[in-house]
Amino acid sequence: MIAYWMCFILFLVGLYGAITRRNLIKIAISLSIMEFSTFLFFALIGYIDGGVAPIVDPADPVKIYVDPLPQALVLTAIVIGLATTAMLMAVIIRIYRKYGTFDIREIKNLRG
Amino acid sequence: MNPLIPLFVAIPLAGAFLIMILGRFIKDFNKYFASLILLILLIFSIYSLITTGSKLSLYKVGGWEPVNGVPIGIYMVMDGFTVIVLCIINIVGFLSVFYSISYIKRYTAENYYYALFCLMVAGMNGVVLSGDLFNIFVFLEISVIGAYALVAFGVEKNELEATFKYQVLGGIASFIILFGIGLIYWKTKTLNIADIKASMSSGYEKSFYLFAQILILSGFGLKAAIIPFHAWLPDAHSSAPSPISAMLSGVLIKAVGIYVIIRLFFNMFAITEGMSILITTLGTLSMVIGVFLAIGQWDIKRLLAYHSISQMGYVVLSAGIGMILISRGEKPEVAALAITGGVFHLINHAAFKGLLFLNAGAIEYTIGTRDLHEMGGLSKFMPATSATSFIASMSISGIPPFNGFFSKLIIIIAAIMARFYFVALLAVIVSIITLASFLKFQRYAFYNKTDAVNERKIKEVPFPMIFSMVIMSILCVLLSLLVIPGIRELVLTPAIDILMDPSKYSSIITGN
Repeated sequence: MIAYWMCFILFLVGLYGAITRRNLIKIAISLSIMEFSTFLFFALIGYIDGGVAPIVDPADPVKIYVDPLPQALVLTAIVIGLATTAMLMAVIIRIYRKYGTFDIREIKNLRG
Repeated sequence: MNPLIPLFVAIPLAGAFLIMILGRFIKDFNKYFASLILLILLIFSIYSLITTGSKLSLYKVGGWEPVNGVPIGIYMVMDGFTVIVLCIINIVGFLSVFYSISYIKRYTAENYYYALFCLMVAGMNGVVLSGDLFNIFVFLEISVIGAYALVAFGVEKNELEATFKYQVLGGIASFIILFGIGLIYWKTKTLNIADIKASMSSGYEKSFYLFAQILILSGFGLKAAIIPFHAWLPDAHSSAPSPISAMLSGVLIKAVGIYVIIRLFFNMFAITEGMSILITTLGTLSMVIGVFLAIGQWDIKRLLAYHSISQMGYVVLSAGIGMILISRGEKPEVAALAITGGVFHLINHAAFKGLLFLNAGAIEYTIGTRDLHEMGGLSKFMPATSATSFIASMSISGIPPFNGFFSKLIIIIAAIMARFYFVALLAVIVSIITLASFLKFQRYAFYNKTDAVNERKIKEVPFPMIFSMVIMSILCVLLSLLVIPGIRELVLTPAIDILMDPSKYSSIITGN
């Protein structure tokens, strides 16, 4: 059970970073921390103590298998996470070219 | 198995790839091909609207049949509520893409624009058709990645700042949603919405699901810009190119936000009184605060964006009232009326807010500014834009005989019949403030005289833009026909039936 709580704490660490950091790159890193804590949570859901890979062996039918579905989900989610992170980085590079800074306090054209 | 269902995702996805490849070699291929794709989707969605009725059709991806009554594999579901949102997506999508043919000429890289547009439409069609939680997340990400890139399409300072805000908040929302999905999967060991409902019927841990519900509500609330989560919306919607603003405001916040909230809270979770009161409160807050934030705006697109928050408040509020009544088990006919009002307002908002953003785009296209101070007297030079924006403004403010009047009337009557007198009063007041705000827009943009405007040469916008705006304004008038008994049974009633009966959706799909 402690592992699940650690996952949730890691998620909150990422959320805290995304809200409080002022450097654009650090915000992106915090988002990645949130992302990977979620993936870790999915991997933990599928894990069963003493389980083996779910390949059914007729000779030895009584076995505990781990849940394969969360692993497939995590793989899909990693690919999506790659796309969003790449997109975010591209935007950060463009912002740096336009504003000449990574400090979010100096990027405030839009108000009201 | 309905073979039409996967085409709603496959056609725009394939179209996006073809535009990227062939658009380089063939001149003007991108714009006409994108319009053609959206026209095909439009025809398909209207055909589905006519044929679906109260039926519920399934498509099992890969042909995986259920084992021992437990659904495995990916299900795509089309029912009365889905087809309504599909129609909204594809009608507004087609008109926006047709409008873009002349609007987007001033940007470079038109290929990317049309490819991303098709990607966004594919994602949204996927979200509304998906029958399991994880695919909702996957299609949601596809559509918002398209939206992030399109908001930044101008790549100037404002656009980049807006898209950064949108991406950070959207990213947080996505991971909150994914965490919520993980929690639900942990307990139920299934991702299929219908199967989750079925497995919950035999008892569940209340506090655990309360946590999952809060995560799901805040995640999709961020995507839908309900009030405590609204910070990204005015920036993103006002910085995007105008046809994209029309898509974002008219469709995206509904398809990936409101639709999923309504679908999951009515058809998947057991409706509890606490959650329904929370949703009603959030809706009321959105409605009231959104309109007050809109009053002081002088940038047209920011003004319209804040009104989007306010109008979405009406939809969330009426869904919440319906949920409260269902959870208490009293007055089912009033609950049905409230949900009817909400779904009807969802449809109407797509028509008039899409039209208003297209009008704002036409004004920006002609005089090159979005500031209301610098406009004036445009009605003489741009009669079509002026007339259509008048229809849209009256429609959003709830003036009869336009569509906004009927949906707001239904919502207010339902609130009174459910004894939420204060909420009904607020809805009326917000409607009056909306009218004031749009009279300001009309007066400063189209009727007030300023010297600055007369010096410039102003012409009416090109044909594709006028065509889209006129069709939208015709829709604004025609959609009010949906309240007439006879037409209402064809369109609105199937959607209300599937939402009103909490277990109907799951029992049809799982076959129990």
